[in-house]
Amino acid sequence: MSVQTTEYAASEIRSPASFFANRLFIYGALVFWAFICLFPIYWTITTSFKTAVDVTQGHLIPFVDFRPDWKGWRSLGLSPDSIFRTSTVRDEFIKRFMNSVITSVGASSLAIVIGSLAAYGLTRYRYHFAWFKNEDISFFFLSQLILPPVVLALPFLVLYREVGMLDTRIGLILLYTLMVLPIVIWIMRDQFNSIPVELEEAALVDGLSIWGAFFRIVMPIALPGMVAAFILAMVLCWNEYFFAALLTSTDAKTIPVMVASQTGSQGINWWSMAALATAAITPLAVIGIALERYLIMGMTAGAVK
Amino acid sequence: MTGEPVIKAFSERTRRVADQTLPTDAWPANAAPSDLISPGRKRLGRALMAAATLGLLAVIAVQILYKTEVDTIGFETWRPVVYAYVLWGIALGVGQVLTRGEDGQRALFLLPALLFTIAMVIFPTLFGFYIALTDWNLSSFSGRKFNGLDNFWQMLADPYYRNALFNMVLYVLAVLVEYVIAFGLALLLNAQIRARKFFRVVFLMPLMLSPVAVSWMIGKSLMEYRFGPAAALARQLGWENPAFFSNPITARISIMVLDAWTFIPFMMIMLLAGLQAMSREVLEAARVDGANAWQTFWQVTFPLMLPVSVTAIILRIIFKLKLADIIITVTSGGPGGATDSVSSFIYREYRDRSNVGYGTMLAMAYLIIIIVFVTWLLKFANRFVRNVN
Repeated sequence: MSVQTTEYAASEIRSPASFFANRLFIYGALVFWAFICLFPIYWTITTSFKTAVDVTQGHLIPFVDFRPDWKGWRSLGLSPDSIFRTSTVRDEFIKRFMNSVITSVGASSLAIVIGSLAAYGLTRYRYHFAWFKNEDISFFFLSQLILPPVVLALPFLVLYREVGMLDTRIGLILLYTLMVLPIVIWIMRDQFNSIPVELEEAALVDGLSIWGAFFRIVMPIALPGMVAAFILAMVLCWNEYFFAALLTSTDAKTIPVMVASQTGSQGINWWSMAALATAAITPLAVIGIALERYLIMGMTAGAVK
Repeated sequence: MTGEPVIKAFSERTRRVADQTLPTDAWPANAAPSDLISPGRKRLGRALMAAATLGLLAVIAVQILYKTEVDTIGFETWRPVVYAYVLWGIALGVGQVLTRGEDGQRALFLLPALLFTIAMVIFPTLFGFYIALTDWNLSSFSGRKFNGLDNFWQMLADPYYRNALFNMVLYVLAVLVEYVIAFGLALLLNAQIRARKFFRVVFLMPLMLSPVAVSWMIGKSLMEYRFGPAAALARQLGWENPAFFSNPITARISIMVLDAWTFIPFMMIMLLAGLQAMSREVLEAARVDGANAWQTFWQVTFPLMLPVSVTAIILRIIFKLKLADIIITVTSGGPGGATDSVSSFIYREYRDRSNVGYGTMLAMAYLIIIIVFVTWLLKFANRFVRNVN
């Protein structure tokens, strides 16, 4: 065995030339794709500091090609010189931003609460509702993933109007909860399945109730999974456009809708558009960098056993 | 070892293997016997549930009567019915605990999600099927009229809808290309490299960012044919007039590229997880046997990755079937409906023509097509994975 491994190791480094060619290819591909991922973001951020001329002449590198200008941010009321003055655009922006924060945090929280409970029940107990067993109930929840938003959008438009929830944040929160619930249940089921049942059995023997065991014993262990599910749900809700565009108009409009509705009558103001887009993507970019571990955990839940 | 979770999750319904692995069969045996619950408590629970049900039905009945103008007492909107439903749900939960003790407490885990999903899906979908059978234009004053299958016949004759469906086929096929790229990236990230975490974060970035904001910036400025850097690059490469969105074919490809940019990381992460879970010994063994990298990939890595691949592709297809926001923001379906997905087409049907009845018929037809397609896909994938392994 050891002889063979050394042979293999030797054949791996056949010649320095092919080794370097191999490395060069790998790093070249990595850098190339990193460029593809980052360039649009770079373009968005730099464009927010351009004036009209710089945009139309396709200048790319700040300080070399063009002199950065606060024009885009000023039009949002967020540049250093305008930040302390009153600005209707800024007020509007902050309102939309808060709408996005409230709806995405609200929906994710609600989905985590009811989703974790359901996932826990489904992994630990056997249910019979009429002729529905556990597998049917799981299937029912997960199959919601297939449901395209467009199917629900128009009925909800009519129903929300009847119920008086059109253009309200609570209406959006409920829909977003529905949208992320299957994903949350999926992730949490995986989490709870990985926790040994013996822990709860011991807790029950020690006199905890079913719910006591869940809150005191299981939840602390499943917390990382909950964080992962929460963040993934946050991302989906924050970026959601379709429902928001159809079901909100003035009060509950979210950031993506504001971004998409910027095509004014007098053409496109690239700089302010870019500033707005930058502001819209920054929170998630920060979350993505800081909590990447959890995101990956959420996305790979159940993918590999 | 490799549970293909989507397929399993969905086909758990057919109840074959999945359940024997769940650790649950044995232990709720220590459930409290139901005779520990006093009859008085049971009666109280039943009474509570009955009262709540009656209350809910009463509110609904009053509201229906009010809306049909049979009586004058009622509420302006249907919102009280929503509150009544929530109260009914709470009463049902309490009643379960009262009547069934520990069993009821167990049911309490599932009830909130179940009641929520039923209220939010089943009812609107049924309502949607009803709307689909009406002639209802929000901008006309005549209101809602039942018109049977008229919308359906109109749909069959609608070339734009057929075109949107055809586009969905193309968009779904593009998933295969995305898969190849994502697999390549996963292999790169799984290789012996420095700064792996950095590259992983960078590669994940597109998934995090709002597709609307980014597609706006990419589609409308980066690919702008006069000054956009992408257009400049295309000119350098010898494309005379790089108008990405004016010709139907290039417009479709551009949309696919934009969508791929956002979602490739999703598949990549799943495939990477699969690669990392693969046992080193198998790969070593293959090398020892004298297989070169190419043979190792095709004869060891790829077959072992098949279940994860199928999961990733199916999930991606499910997401792809919802594609709308990028098209709405960048091309609004143009040129001439060439890039329309079904969702974006229905969106415009409503936004531009306020045609709720017809739009809903299109959506419901799409739903049925999707259900049939995904069911077939899961069956096919299931069989495919089993045959290969």
